[in-house]
Amino acid sequence: MAFLVNYFKTIYKTLKSLLTGMKVTGYYFTHLREIHTEEYPDNRATLTMFDRFRGEVIMPHNTDNEHRCTGCQACEIACPNGSIKIITKQELLPDGKKKKRIDTFVYHLDLCTMCNLCVVSCPSDAIVMGQNFEHSVYDKKTLKKILNNPDSKLMAGVE
Amino acid sequence: MRGLIEENIITEDGEFILNIGPQHPSTHGVLHLKVWLDGETIKKIEPHIGYIHRSIEKMSERLSYRNFIFATSRMDYLAAHINNEACALTIEKALQIEATPRAKFVRTILSELTRLASHQLWWGCTGLDLGAVTPFFYAFREREAIMAIMEETCGARLTQNFMVPGGIMTDIHPNFQQRTKDILEQIKGKYKEYDDIMSGNVIFENRTKGVGYLSKEDAISFGVTGPTARASGVSCDIRKWNPYSAYDQVEFDEILSNGGDCYARYQVRMKEMRQSVSIIEQLIDNIPEGDFQEKTKMVIKLPKGEYYQRVETPRGELGVYLVSDGSANPYRIKYRSPNFSNLSVLPAIAKGYKIGDLVAIMATIDLVIPDIDR
Amino acid sequence: MNTIFLYSLAGLATLIHNWLGKFISSELGLHILELAIIGLSLIVFLVLLCFFLGYMERRVAAFMEIRLGPNRVGPQGTLQIVADTVKLLFKEGLTPNSSDKFLFNLAPFIMVIASMMAIAPIAFAKDFQIYDINIGVLYVSAISSISVLGILMAGWSSNNKYSLLGAMRSGAQIVSYELSVGLSLISIVILSGSLSLGDIVLSQQNGWWLFKGHIPILISFVIFIIASTAEINRAPFDLAEADQELTGGFNTEYSGMKFAMFLLSEYINLFIVSAIAATLFLGGWMPFHIGGGPSSFNHIMDLIPSSIWFLGKTFTIIFIIMWFRWTFPRLRVDQLLNLEWKYLLPISMVNIIIVTLIAIMGWHF
Ligand code: SF4
Ligand code: SF4
Repeated sequence: MAFLVNYFKTIYKTLKSLLTGMKVTGYYFTHLREIHTEEYPDNRATLTMFDRFRGEVIMPHNTDNEHRCTGCQACEIACPNGSIKIITKQELLPDGKKKKRIDTFVYHLDLCTMCNLCVVSCPSDAIVMGQNFEHSVYDKKTLKKILNNPDSKLMAGVE
Repeated sequence: MRGLIEENIITEDGEFILNIGPQHPSTHGVLHLKVWLDGETIKKIEPHIGYIHRSIEKMSERLSYRNFIFATSRMDYLAAHINNEACALTIEKALQIEATPRAKFVRTILSELTRLASHQLWWGCTGLDLGAVTPFFYAFREREAIMAIMEETCGARLTQNFMVPGGIMTDIHPNFQQRTKDILEQIKGKYKEYDDIMSGNVIFENRTKGVGYLSKEDAISFGVTGPTARASGVSCDIRKWNPYSAYDQVEFDEILSNGGDCYARYQVRMKEMRQSVSIIEQLIDNIPEGDFQEKTKMVIKLPKGEYYQRVETPRGELGVYLVSDGSANPYRIKYRSPNFSNLSVLPAIAKGYKIGDLVAIMATIDLVIPDIDR
Repeated sequence: MNTIFLYSLAGLATLIHNWLGKFISSELGLHILELAIIGLSLIVFLVLLCFFLGYMERRVAAFMEIRLGPNRVGPQGTLQIVADTVKLLFKEGLTPNSSDKFLFNLAPFIMVIASMMAIAPIAFAKDFQIYDINIGVLYVSAISSISVLGILMAGWSSNNKYSLLGAMRSGAQIVSYELSVGLSLISIVILSGSLSLGDIVLSQQNGWWLFKGHIPILISFVIFIIASTAEINRAPFDLAEADQELTGGFNTEYSGMKFAMFLLSEYINLFIVSAIAATLFLGGWMPFHIGGGPSSFNHIMDLIPSSIWFLGKTFTIIFIIMWFRWTFPRLRVDQLLNLEWKYLLPISMVNIIIVTLIAIMGWHF
């Protein structure tokens, strides 16, 4: 007898637990506003990344085409994978002195791990993290970027 | 049949060898299990690892003490914060400094959020491995919200690299506290749903109860740690035994169970999620003001010596063993990764069960393969 | 009758028959032509049905999983399956080198043929049946077990251990669950006293067996749904495929159109099982009537075409089976057999006795 009682108890418990599970899925089936999908390429216009999102390293320039990079190479040393290469040149300043300035700031996006170490190590806040994350390209070569604009100058007052 | 024997697929004992992985849906990565089967019953398992070895330890030897931390995010990618924290703590230990109180609190909160996210993913994957696809998506809904916190404060979702020697990389985002509180409320409301769809489900119970029994002795002798060991009754929570960051300032229970089977491991993790929520709740409103980073030298040089620091990741004990020769780069780094030890117990506990059970056992041990190979 | 003549499929069939009769005088020629038309339209219907079922499954799954599902190709993603089919068509139909090539290529055809054959005795609408064979129930259960042959062939010939394991699992599974399916079918046969599906539908003129047959029929309905879910290898009984354990089981090695045929047969099987359940337990194309209720209600129910009734019931059951799939974890192989031999079979045996008692004593309505 006890066997039979147990037997039917199992059946009852089984059915009950299965129906509880089905209730959950059934709830979501009937409540479509719970859907969490983000339709990515469609919501591109409204999609904003968080302001700290690390998408790529960029070097902001002001309206006069000036940046803040002094060419101290702290970021190059800080980068764990060697994604940054800074080529410097000697520039003749108006007052006749020679001064080290950057020629090209080479940034290998394909090597970068977005670790942010270069940004925090920069003493003059010349580079920041950009929010662009759509980096896919057909040619790998295009991932090698030069961050300083052509003919850009060092911002006055930054040493 | 002739063809089968010729290719030596069937051994003399009538067992045949099934290669599970390296590409298999439920090994969660490139793990290769060579399984000797008698029908569906597992006779022997031989895990083959190394498919995703990136030599993180060796690589770290030529990186500076600030730089090598980022690579640990790629070990156990579901616990990147905690890995980073372990490295940062080791360096702090060697330098004999401590992170600022604010950094400690934030570290603890972020670590617990990581644990929540990791357990969340584990919960979904367990369902997925057992054939229920739907829980996976429910789990990701909550995990996504945690990821948003990470993204907003740390700038990255998985490989945050937010812990630096002396504290945290940047201060927390103004929205951090509010967002965290919101997600806690959301998660607390979902427990019942989780239980309804998985924990209470009779098929799930049958699949996990009494499956993959791991005895306390085995757990200790194989060096199993984390929830897997705690489900066998081994008290091994580093957060309790060896508190770091702000864990000595919070109240929480170490979840222990004597079941030792898949169901016990499942329950331990489910309860740990609740504990994590409670830890975060205790901390989130009390983050002290002040600096987020202790001042350290630009180029860190550790005094000569050997340093060891362990932390509790969602999968067990992560130990960082660091040898310094006084220069700016570590002389040797060795990670004692929880998954490596946890995997070693798999052949012992899966023997005699069926293929379907192997999947359940792997799911509840919660293996992350990149952490095994490093 | 005349009022609903236009909606009825039977009317359409007669129309075509008469129209063709004008052109073809010989009886034999007419028959052959009509058979060809039936065959062709059946294939078209089944393919369309599978498109729809594939779409429905993906949408149902998506909604239960708080996702959107396919919604790009065509309006609301309805053409997604067409796109997928085209993709599968263009994919290389790989035959593994060490496989038994003949059996490997034959297996998917056996699966599809077995599924398509089972559709013959199903009554789609009033007086609209391909072949009202007088042993319809027997025929369907006999034909549906051929599919196990296809699975075994596929699993064996692939020369892949995952496939073999999957095939062996499904062999054990289908053979055992056949029993419960058979027994629950028999309970209806006992009550209606006929093996012909047409007659069984007609016997539900005054109410569906699910309502007329008291609790025992409810039990056999539940058992039928569970057992037939297992028989058609759908989750939570999809041990033969078991993606997470056997990486696809018996169809691991299949690709391209051959793989699509397994899918096709899976969906046809799903439809057949649900159609049989609808026919036997829910009155097939019979409209829903309330016995002592207002006659106006019954009249309105009559106005709905019988094919709609049939498809409505069938799709309700299909939805329930999909609902199972997207909620439950998979059983283990021994638990699967336990469920059958320890629970479903004993219960259905006792149930049969009770049903027989009901039938003899005339206790049903
Ligand atoms: S973000 Fe990291 S990897 Fe990328 S350039 Fe900066 S330091 Fe290098
Ligand atoms: S970006 Fe900053 S750290 Fe790098 S060279 Fe320029 S100033 Fe120095």
